[in-house]
Amino acid sequence: MRTAISTLDLASPTSLEHALQLLHEEPRTPLAGATDLYVSLNFGTLPSRRFLDLWPLDELRGISVRGDTLVLGALVTYTALIRSPLVGERLPMLVEAARQIGGLQIQNRGTLGGNIANASPAGDALPVLAVADAMLVLRSLAGERRVPFNEFYTGYRKSVLRPDELITAIEIPPVEGAQYFRKVGTRAAQAISKLVMAGVKHPRAPRIAFGSVAPTVLRVRKTERALADGAPLEEAVAILAGELAPIDDLRSSAAYRRQVAGRLLRRFWNS
Amino acid sequence: MKFILNGQTTEVAAHPMARLLDVLREECGLTGTKEGCGEGECGACTVLIDGEPVCSCLVPLAQVAGKAVVSIEGLHDHPLQQLFMSEVGAQCGICTPGMIMTALSLGPAASLDEVKTALAGNLCRCTGYPAIYRAVLKWRGRATPA
Amino acid sequence: MTAVGRSVARKDGIGKATGEARYADDLVFPGMLFGRTIRSTIPRGRIRSLELKFDPAGFTVADYRDVPHQNVVALIADDQPFLVEREIRHLAEPILLLAHADREKLLAAEVAIEYESAEPLFDPERSTVVFKAIEIHKGDPAAALAAAELVVDGSYRTGHQEHVYIEPNGVIAVPEQGGVTIYGSIQCPFYVVKALKSLLGPDRHLRVIQTETGGGFGGKEEYPSILAGHATLLALKSGRPVKLVYDRVEDMLATTKRHPSIVRHRTGLTRDGRLVAMEVDVLLDGGAYVTLSPVVLSRGCIHAAGPYRCEHLHISGRAVMTNTPPNGAFRGFGAPQTEFAIEVHMDRIAEALGMDPVAVRRLNALRPGDTTATGQTLREDSSALQVLETAVERSDFLAKRELFRGSNRGIGLSLFYHGAGFTGSGERTLKSRAKLILTPGGVRIAVGSTEIGQGTRTMHAQIVADALGIPYENVEVAQPDTAIVSDSGPTVASRTCLVVGKILEECALELKERLGGLGPAEYYARHGELTIERGYQLPDWIQWDEENYRGDAYATYGWGCDVVELELDPDTFEVKLHQLTAVQEFGRPIHPALARGQIEGGTVQGLGYALLERVVMREGAMANAQLTNYTIPTTLDTPDIDVVMLENPYPGGPFGAKGLGELPMDGPAPAVVNALRHLGLDIREIPATPELIDQVATAAARPRDDSKAGSRPREDSPA
Repeated sequence: MRTAISTLDLASPTSLEHALQLLHEEPRTPLAGATDLYVSLNFGTLPSRRFLDLWPLDELRGISVRGDTLVLGALVTYTALIRSPLVGERLPMLVEAARQIGGLQIQNRGTLGGNIANASPAGDALPVLAVADAMLVLRSLAGERRVPFNEFYTGYRKSVLRPDELITAIEIPPVEGAQYFRKVGTRAAQAISKLVMAGVKHPRAPRIAFGSVAPTVLRVRKTERALADGAPLEEAVAILAGELAPIDDLRSSAAYRRQVAGRLLRRFWNS
Repeated sequence: MKFILNGQTTEVAAHPMARLLDVLREECGLTGTKEGCGEGECGACTVLIDGEPVCSCLVPLAQVAGKAVVSIEGLHDHPLQQLFMSEVGAQCGICTPGMIMTALSLGPAASLDEVKTALAGNLCRCTGYPAIYRAVLKWRGRATPA
Repeated sequence: MTAVGRSVARKDGIGKATGEARYADDLVFPGMLFGRTIRSTIPRGRIRSLELKFDPAGFTVADYRDVPHQNVVALIADDQPFLVEREIRHLAEPILLLAHADREKLLAAEVAIEYESAEPLFDPERSTVVFKAIEIHKGDPAAALAAAELVVDGSYRTGHQEHVYIEPNGVIAVPEQGGVTIYGSIQCPFYVVKALKSLLGPDRHLRVIQTETGGGFGGKEEYPSILAGHATLLALKSGRPVKLVYDRVEDMLATTKRHPSIVRHRTGLTRDGRLVAMEVDVLLDGGAYVTLSPVVLSRGCIHAAGPYRCEHLHISGRAVMTNTPPNGAFRGFGAPQTEFAIEVHMDRIAEALGMDPVAVRRLNALRPGDTTATGQTLREDSSALQVLETAVERSDFLAKRELFRGSNRGIGLSLFYHGAGFTGSGERTLKSRAKLILTPGGVRIAVGSTEIGQGTRTMHAQIVADALGIPYENVEVAQPDTAIVSDSGPTVASRTCLVVGKILEECALELKERLGGLGPAEYYARHGELTIERGYQLPDWIQWDEENYRGDAYATYGWGCDVVELELDPDTFEVKLHQLTAVQEFGRPIHPALARGQIEGGTVQGLGYALLERVVMREGAMANAQLTNYTIPTTLDTPDIDVVMLENPYPGGPFGAKGLGELPMDGPAPAVVNALRHLGLDIREIPATPELIDQVATAAARPRDDSKAGSRPREDSPA
């Protein structure tokens, strides 16, 4: 049922510093493109009633290269990713992920930082960040810290992000090897993932991550190691099955997710 | 809260987290923007913000401060409007305003594949889509008012 | 220039494209309140206590005690209450109504209900409450089966399907003259009048006005009566207009769906492929109340043998109760379920015979002079073979069948038909009427048939213009308002052109005679107003025995053949639809562009039914009641559609036209599943999701371990 809007409160900071100040004063749920806000409010999955509007903070919208690192502001939208030659050149799998998220309307509003903070195990961009060994820049009034994306989540929709912190940027080091992205959704477009996979095909150090097969996005390190060590593909597929913890839900089944993950791994490795 | 609605500076006194959709329909009396789902899934509530299509059911009013919003009422004798009727791209019509707003952001030179990809966020349950493609593809070469 | 047969400018005007068209939620009345429905959260039991946890100031609260007359949604059986008294039969059943001027206050109001739960029944196969049973007998199927050279049997299942009209249900009740006027998103305004009459008692002012309606597909056939009743109770109690508009979640959770089905076939054949005996068992899950289930079952059973000739058959059908929200009308009305079963079964028969799917259909397809399951002798306006041959040739079916062998591509077809109008003598009982009113510039049509996207207004105006011999532009169409228009019957059952169009044609012919050679304007200027009203005359030759289900089930049928080409992703079992060829014969298109739109749109609904649309039921309710998780086709899920409209006029229809609305819904699902069968996948159930295909493929790959096989255990063996 629809939530009564009058029960909600929104603070509108004028700068990042101001936003951090407001967060320091009291816990508020940060809002970026709000693509999930009303849905989760109406479904009762979002208990928050006090929000912090980050959308006007243009300082979080940059896309740049610093040294050899690609730096994406947390408010970079999927549309911005799709249109960015820098991202297209360095991280085509992220562009592919962005293209397959929602329709144009959602791509225009959804942000990379929001996808990370929302912490859904089905977040389409997350496996890409996992295999890209992305680094998250977190800021609070107390200062800035960097947390490897692969150490960010601690459980289902849980992360190391403190209530007074914001994700401000995503740093992505150069990625060596062919990039692979595959989303298996509930339909051809405008779909939520049943399963999503990103991979980097580096012969000595392949990186592979899955979404929607565990409580958080999952780097399958044992599988990676097996492939790096030259194990037969079928052995790697068996190891992968042991690493995944898929469930039956409204969108798919554990059995399907497990089977398809194995087939995608084969497809990726044989490609 | 001030924003530019269909070219006119507009001021509304509504909750900053009111959905843009509700503000358009109830505060501004512009009911051409439709609610089909309230989840950002069907696209019936599509409007343009600074020229880009968004689902107005997902936009808190605060986030359009100072922005230019165009709803279906901001179009005047646009060829797409005629074409949606003559090509039967509109049947029941409830998805039509949103469909037109998304198509509008494509421009008249789009290919069939581009039209299909761009409209993937607008659901239509009546037409099965081919008539919508016919309408949008015929836009090419028709005069578009400024 | 005549209008019929041309894609003339539609009577809708430009409003749908400018945003000016007014749908229910767009209307505002002075002093209007918003309504809200409090619903059960258990599937079966009783209400123990109910407590309002809000300050009642400014609220109007109504429950069953506020019903002035009968707490019964009058339809077929009087079993469904407008509001629960004590006994709850399904989740999301309406219990209490609230209204308030401030929607925020309304949304924040809490009601605590305590229940005494009872054990619910969800499995239709275990249900002992039969809403309706139907038996159709022809010849001696037992003997013919015993003598058959080959017997093929099988069981086929279809799931719920949600309408997903993009405009959710909504009405506004305005208290007037001691009664009420309803404005709403409604397919059948006179159904609402009937339901409100029973709610309020006789002699109350009742008027129902259809607002622009954002899709229906059957979903706004019977259900709006409930919304209208609820809004009426609140409006009468508060003395103010009340708007009751569902949001998407409530609409999906509470309103009707297509009936899930289990259909069993046992078919006897000769070695050369002729059908000699058919036994068909049809089971429909009706949900918690009768609603329209008996009629859905009827249409389902009549179409269950498919468009094939067979002299010995027995069709047995039941619609049963379960503790789930009632299922109801949905485009096709039982036929998509049973035609799915027979068409997949036909491909399995072809396999068992070693014939190709075209040959077995060609051999058995109904021809003029053949008799249907109910013993109806088909007339010349029957086109099973023509649609089949055209689709096969046009799609290059047989060559592609060979070409795709060994690839991930499959091609499949379905042959189908759909009776137009009410079943049997239903149109005689219905006594539909239509009215033409002379205007200063021409004529105005006044019928209760609603425009819900399909083109009613335009099509009716074309018929009247040509019958009267006046320009199409001079024909107006009145908004369906029960105070003004004739009761032309419900806008359902592919009858709006065939039946209402026919009455209008006859009205126009009578009017033309009355005008005595004058033009309408001239006549009006000289003599003033003139109204012609006529009723429907079902052709005399139609004889129907409702007791025994024998006779002429429908005045005429539409015929179709769909060919689907698809590609299966070998890793994910996602199906990519490449091409669909839809060849359909429905008499004659009155407006080719609108007719094509019906075929394309119905076809895509059928494709969603086949592959994507899965209602996940948990504890008796739709667990995925969101458009995010109940997925209908997007642009990118939709193949190219090649539409071919064949003509074979029905002499009793207006300008030879039959009915078209439902026909396109019957064919896509079996054609898709037959294309998957071409890839070696033994699928007998829809939606054929990748998960199901995966199971079937995995089971097929497993050597002879039948214990966990497939979607359902194999239960058939060619004799």
